[in-house]
Amino acid sequence: MEIAPIIELRAVAKYYGATAALHNINLEIANGEFLTLLGPSGCGKTTILRLISGFESPSRGELLLNGQDITGTPPEKRQVNTVFQNYALFPHMTVWDNVAFGLKMQRLPKTEVNWRVAEVLRRVHMDALADRKPSQLSGGQQQRVAIARAIVNNPLVLLLDEPFSALDFKLRKQMQLEIKHLQRQLGITFVFVTHDQEEAFAMSDRVVVMNEGEIRQIGSSQEIYEEPENLFVARFVGEINVLEGKITALRPDGTYMANVEGEEFVLRTKRDYEVGEKVKVLLRPEDLKVYLEQEKALAPPFFLGRIVETVYKGATVDIMLTLDNGKDLQAAEFFNEDDTDISYRPGDRVAVSWVEGWEVVLDEEGE
Amino acid sequence: MRPPVAGKGGSLFRGTSIGTTWFWLGAFALLPGLALLLVSVLDKGEIDFFIPVLTLRNYEELLGPVFLTVLWDSVRLAALSTLVCLLLGYPFAYRVARARPKWRPWLLLLVIIPFWTNSLIRTYALILIIGAQGMVNKVLLGLGIIHEPLAMMYTDFAVFVGLTYTLLPFMVLPLYASIEKLDPTLGDAAKDLGAGSLRTFWHITLPLTLPGIVAGSMLVFLPSLGMFYVPEILGGAKNLLLGTFIKNQFLQANNWPLGAAASTVLTILLVLMAGLYRFVSLRVSGRERKGLLPGALGDPDVMNGKKRRARDGETAGAKNAGGA
Repeated sequence: MEIAPIIELRAVAKYYGATAALHNINLEIANGEFLTLLGPSGCGKTTILRLISGFESPSRGELLLNGQDITGTPPEKRQVNTVFQNYALFPHMTVWDNVAFGLKMQRLPKTEVNWRVAEVLRRVHMDALADRKPSQLSGGQQQRVAIARAIVNNPLVLLLDEPFSALDFKLRKQMQLEIKHLQRQLGITFVFVTHDQEEAFAMSDRVVVMNEGEIRQIGSSQEIYEEPENLFVARFVGEINVLEGKITALRPDGTYMANVEGEEFVLRTKRDYEVGEKVKVLLRPEDLKVYLEQEKALAPPFFLGRIVETVYKGATVDIMLTLDNGKDLQAAEFFNEDDTDISYRPGDRVAVSWVEGWEVVLDEEGE
Repeated sequence: MRPPVAGKGGSLFRGTSIGTTWFWLGAFALLPGLALLLVSVLDKGEIDFFIPVLTLRNYEELLGPVFLTVLWDSVRLAALSTLVCLLLGYPFAYRVARARPKWRPWLLLLVIIPFWTNSLIRTYALILIIGAQGMVNKVLLGLGIIHEPLAMMYTDFAVFVGLTYTLLPFMVLPLYASIEKLDPTLGDAAKDLGAGSLRTFWHITLPLTLPGIVAGSMLVFLPSLGMFYVPEILGGAKNLLLGTFIKNQFLQANNWPLGAAASTVLTILLVLMAGLYRFVSLRVSGRERKGLLPGALGDPDVMNGKKRRARDGETAGAKNAGGA
């Protein structure tokens, strides 16, 4: 990153008594980016958010906002605003007063408060409901007010703590789009926390995958999905097949020959391996190619196995199959209306291969 | 007072329990109240407690300087006790409500334990503390801060101490309930928006715990108006307060109608304050008239549902157009 980051966490750790919520976090957030902290509950993603907002202070390390150390600055003095998980709207105030609260706290002149509140309410399409109390609003409307209340202050960074968890599926999709558009329009840095990988992928410029208080991978949605750096990331985002392999030869073009689940395959990877080294070969369900065994159209190498179950998903068909060596795999094929013979039946004998180069090769690691 | 008709089968229990409640309220609250009201507009008798002649003389008498002085002294003292209970009770209730959940019942127990001792005994016990030979005087004399015992007994101060001490739990419990219900993230949100601790308290905590403050204040203010044994024991005879006044009319002056009229005035005060409480708590909860109206205007979910359906229609249309 060329430009100075808007937020920087340097060797930040957080302990609650003897238990560590965060281990040794180094993270730079670029100005204007949409960054998502993704991980299972208890992974420390919300703790990072609360460190940035100032509701928690780090046990070790320091925190920089716009180049300035804010490690000891209280939340009310940070130019950072939060959209809380339950919205935390003030129930005794109208929509208007909720949104005006931050500006009033800055003791801005009344005229400025008025036009800024009016403008931001228009932006989130809540101007018609400015006189309502939060209890008279639907979940989606409350969500909009919570966002308006935060962005009206022109924060350097907007923090969003699982803001969609209370919304139903349809509304959630819609709010995801709205927030993404809003972020582009405003150009404010958004730091978003979620445990939903689909949500993270849909919205973010970069995703930070966390587990047990550590960052496991930082990258674009595509990098995280297609090039996971470790088994945790691979398994946490989407479905994945993990195959056992062993390097058998190095080839002159930089690729490897490997024995994967008993068959010889070519593996492409940037990592360096030696002959005899054990590896994991990771394949997404959609990377696998499945053919009926009698077709024989497929050139070796391939695995032989049989269909266990097929699940129709609309756009795709999930195929559960078991290789002859007992390994269970999951494949997904796009539903192709021209190709009607995709309808496998449980028990059908099949040959399975994958598109060469789509595999991810990882070190054998203690799981 | 008629017990509700048991409509569907199995609601016999419901009918019985609600009927019982109505019976109790009727027999022990409404009927005595009506009797009191009736007696207050009757004339006092020479031999009987009252004679059945309708008159407003009792209320006229209450407008005289004697009763108004009594009322004013009582209200003043009750208000002061209420204020001090609030100032003492709020920080305590706040601490308890924000303590770790496993500590809260124990801390509340500290407030409730004194209830288990008869309040008359507790009031007498206060004499041992603030009396001429009491603990306070002994300590102050021993430390050489004063040279003669302070005359605290049989003053307004003693009555005030007694009322505050006796009624403090009635302030703490509703405050606790109100503060405990307050979502702590609201405080976080206020801080996040740039409010310091003081302004967070003033703009968020205080208005949202107002129902607790009003409830606690009522539970302290009203009994302290009517409580007669505390002023009697600690204040001696010279500080005539409302409760003592009413008691005297019934037990000493044998003027039941006047006592009943004074009681009625007290009851009216109570009803007015209950109305105030309701008004305040409705305002805070944000359920104003507008929100209670049925139909699209008052029901945001209905509106939202309509809007959402409209939007779905649009997207569905767009999808079809794209496919064709």
